[in-house]
Amino acid sequence: MPSYLFWLFSTVMLVGGVAVIALRNPVSSALAVVTCFIGLAGLFVGLSAFFVGVIQILVYTGAVMVLFIFIIMLLDLKAGAKHAKPVVPIVAALTLAIAFIAQLAGVLSHTPDTAAPALDTAALAQASGEWVDAGTIAATGKIATALNAGSLPDVHLIGRALFTDYNLPLQIIGVLLLVATVGAVTLSKKTQE
Amino acid sequence: MATLNNYLLVSGLLFAIGLAGVVLRRNIIVIFMCLELMLSAANLTLVAFSRFHPSHGLPDSNGQVLVFFVITVAAAEVAVGLAIIVALFRARQTLRSDELNSMKG
Repeated sequence: MPSYLFWLFSTVMLVGGVAVIALRNPVSSALAVVTCFIGLAGLFVGLSAFFVGVIQILVYTGAVMVLFIFIIMLLDLKAGAKHAKPVVPIVAALTLAIAFIAQLAGVLSHTPDTAAPALDTAALAQASGEWVDAGTIAATGKIATALNAGSLPDVHLIGRALFTDYNLPLQIIGVLLLVATVGAVTLSKKTQE
Repeated sequence: MATLNNYLLVSGLLFAIGLAGVVLRRNIIVIFMCLELMLSAANLTLVAFSRFHPSHGLPDSNGQVLVFFVITVAAAEVAVGLAIIVALFRARQTLRSDELNSMKG
């Protein structure tokens, strides 16, 4: 990704993040989170993680934040402007954030910096040698074909990993989603008097 | 080209914003959104490492599978958490965390 796009998406993400905690109205905060996640999805796409970028938009921006806004409007919250801001939480939050950033900057200044390894046509074609006769899974052939054509088949790569190496975690995640759905329905049912 | 340290710094800034929000804000829904910000900052770190430390010349798909799992668990967490918030609002008619102090000693 060109440098200016990285800084553009980072700025969108960080400004959205600051707006989440700076704005008083919860609906404004939710829309700021949406802005932040759109910038984040841009960064994912710039890192050649196209699948992750798309599910970031679909799941977070499309489903999760809509659920948040739905709940905010269902509960009909007032904007919390009447309460005076106590000083102690502000000082504590700033201290925590600055201490964290200082620690991170200290670590990063001693870490050797690496540039992104090349993902051009030649590198992809060279990587396709791993996939030519690597077993009986149908996606393997598609991965090799796409790599030789010079495109990165990251959906096929993630799908192959999900259904081979991570098959058991995938099924456990399915059960977890079922449990979460049942739990949400049970919790939001009115209790019988 | 942005380097690995650029991505780690931006991700750390997003995490710090989320952390500050959790400490600073009093509205439980906004605190919950700040938790999502921190999860997403961790996701950015994972994807950056998967891109900058390739396996066999391609971005490491193990890291992106972990991001997939994190997003799925976060979605389940939001569903249950918002149901709890609705139940809490029904019981107490408030969402401010400093007014929910009935267990305070």
